[in-house]
Amino acid sequence: MSRALRPLAYGVWAALLALPLMGPLRAALLGGVVLVMTLAFLGARALSRRPLGSALRQQAAGLGRAIRQQAAAIPRPLLAGLVGAGLLLFPHVASRYHIDVATLVGIYVVLALGLNVVVGLAGLLDLGYVAFYAVGAYAFAILGTRAEVSFWAALPIGAILAAIFGILLGIPVLRLRGDYLAIVTLGFGEMIRITLNNWDAFTNGPNGILNIPRPSVLGFALRDPMYHYYLILGLGLFTVWVIGRLNNSWVGRAWIAMREDELAAEAMGINVMRMKLLAFAMGATWAGFAGVFFASKQTFISPESFTFFESVIILSMVVFGGMGSIPGVILGAAILVILPEVMREFAFYRMLLFGGAMVLMMVLRPQGLLPNPRRKVELHPGEERLGAAA
Amino acid sequence: MLLQQLINGLTLGSVYALIALGYTMVYGIIELINFAHGEIYMIGAYMGIVALAAAAALGLSEVSAALTLLGVFGAAMLYCGAYGVTMERVAYRPLRQAPRLSPLISALGMSIFLQNYVMLAQGARDKAFPALIGGGFEVGPARVTAIQLFIMATSLLLMFLLHTFVRRTRLGKAMRATAQDRRMAALVGINVDQIISVTFLIGSLLAGAAGVMVALYYGLVNFFIGYVAGIKAFTAAVLGGIGNIPGAMLGGLLLGLIESFGAGYISAEYKDVFAFAILVLVLIFRPAGLLGEQVPQRA
Repeated sequence: MSRALRPLAYGVWAALLALPLMGPLRAALLGGVVLVMTLAFLGARALSRRPLGSALRQQAAGLGRAIRQQAAAIPRPLLAGLVGAGLLLFPHVASRYHIDVATLVGIYVVLALGLNVVVGLAGLLDLGYVAFYAVGAYAFAILGTRAEVSFWAALPIGAILAAIFGILLGIPVLRLRGDYLAIVTLGFGEMIRITLNNWDAFTNGPNGILNIPRPSVLGFALRDPMYHYYLILGLGLFTVWVIGRLNNSWVGRAWIAMREDELAAEAMGINVMRMKLLAFAMGATWAGFAGVFFASKQTFISPESFTFFESVIILSMVVFGGMGSIPGVILGAAILVILPEVMREFAFYRMLLFGGAMVLMMVLRPQGLLPNPRRKVELHPGEERLGAAA
Repeated sequence: MLLQQLINGLTLGSVYALIALGYTMVYGIIELINFAHGEIYMIGAYMGIVALAAAAALGLSEVSAALTLLGVFGAAMLYCGAYGVTMERVAYRPLRQAPRLSPLISALGMSIFLQNYVMLAQGARDKAFPALIGGGFEVGPARVTAIQLFIMATSLLLMFLLHTFVRRTRLGKAMRATAQDRRMAALVGINVDQIISVTFLIGSLLAGAAGVMVALYYGLVNFFIGYVAGIKAFTAAVLGGIGNIPGAMLGGLLLGLIESFGAGYISAEYKDVFAFAILVLVLIFRPAGLLGEQVPQRA
């Protein structure tokens, strides 16, 4: 088949595939979309190969470098101060709705950073991460409504409980390889959700738990969304700080070594079993924190908030942003929370676009939007053309 | 009760076995858990509905019920095959050289995409699948419906065909060679990309058939049936030993029985937990599965 006809062939093929399910009109529309997208993609690629295209690209790269240099010239403390002031002042200028969205971003930043420890640093694909979030949330929901444990006491309790569950999950799966691990973690997440849904006496089943207390300071309940925003901001900054420190410590380096080559890491004296358990526990801890906060902010939780798709969304944030990169993961979380809010009218297409974007991202830019700079200098034997049979 | 659970379990198990075959074959060749495989099965069920409606519109269903059934199965399987091959081309082939996590995430994305695509195209509500096969008979205290017999017989036939194909034909031989060592197979002149496509095609054909059969059995179809069925079929594949074709058949039947007995004797609410619990137990105590060889860990 000639190259020029290829986009047309793709379009026709897509339309034919969709025909029985979508009917002729929508199938033709889909075919057209595929045709245009293929054309645009091929056009962009052809252009970037031409002298003009590559010159343009060099210009763009030069511009990017210049901007980065300019940005680097601004003193770091000044930059941090500006961003900090912006974050602090934000709730005073924003509407209630915007504060709520920002709070949601905060929750997902904490969750995504926690998952980033497991997936991005240690390279263990965890598809049941939401289970730890549920553990944290239910821990506070049950303790807060029955034992009158305060939010502040529940925060560490939820985190420790989640970490224990992380280790409980970690022990049996230590010997499993990447994809087996993914399935078992998925099963684990589902088992937790099904249990929450059916254990009526303890979790009140599908009806969920109502009237979870709000956080309070000296007996004064923090009702205003602004307080929630500040709370999650603090929690988020704490997460960023701890994970940043971890990332650059020997623990982080050991995780990355393990991710790249488990055998070699073990040969270098890394206790792989212990590091894996630590990664699971560390990752789960943040989900526990986020869970306690979520329960307290919502004052109502039910198993519906902790489905497999929640795990997938958190994973997408890590993948979009760039696995193992803290700024990337924050960006990923912010984009994936804010975008669906902006595109309310496309709500139906949200998950469709999510799925499609995940595939496209893996094919076109597997390193994410803001990849970890360290990745560039790492060895990737799997990317050699021949040696990738395994 | 015992006999009835046995019959229900075998019916369910043969469907799981058919789906599990797709997982196991793909894993055997490219070591990828094709998360989207359950979605192919779901598409098969929808295609069955569409094909049935088309058959009714063409007047075929009044001519011969058997011919209609054959046509519905054929159309659904063919379409599923096309979806499977396309999926491999779009989402997995570009990632052949990528790190291991990438195709897995891509597969996850594909699964979400297909699920929502069908939901948008066909609506979120349950769709009814007309009962084509009625009747049944009593065996002692238990009742075997004609549909159950049909499902078991068709699954057996398809599995037999697959087994013969893999054992006796040149293409089957090439598939086995590719599964053993992809590079070596390429060196002796096997078109590996083509073999991978064929593998996806066959797996999807079987999943399509399974989809139509389940739709016939339960009479209802929904866009999220692929998720749970996919997980269970994967469990079946692991139970039997992933990469091992007879293992997938055995694993499927066993899982069907376990689930049926578990739901009947222990608790129906926790029915889905059994599959996951078995999966975890197998992976911990016998990661190679029942029929799998104990292979050394590959990096």
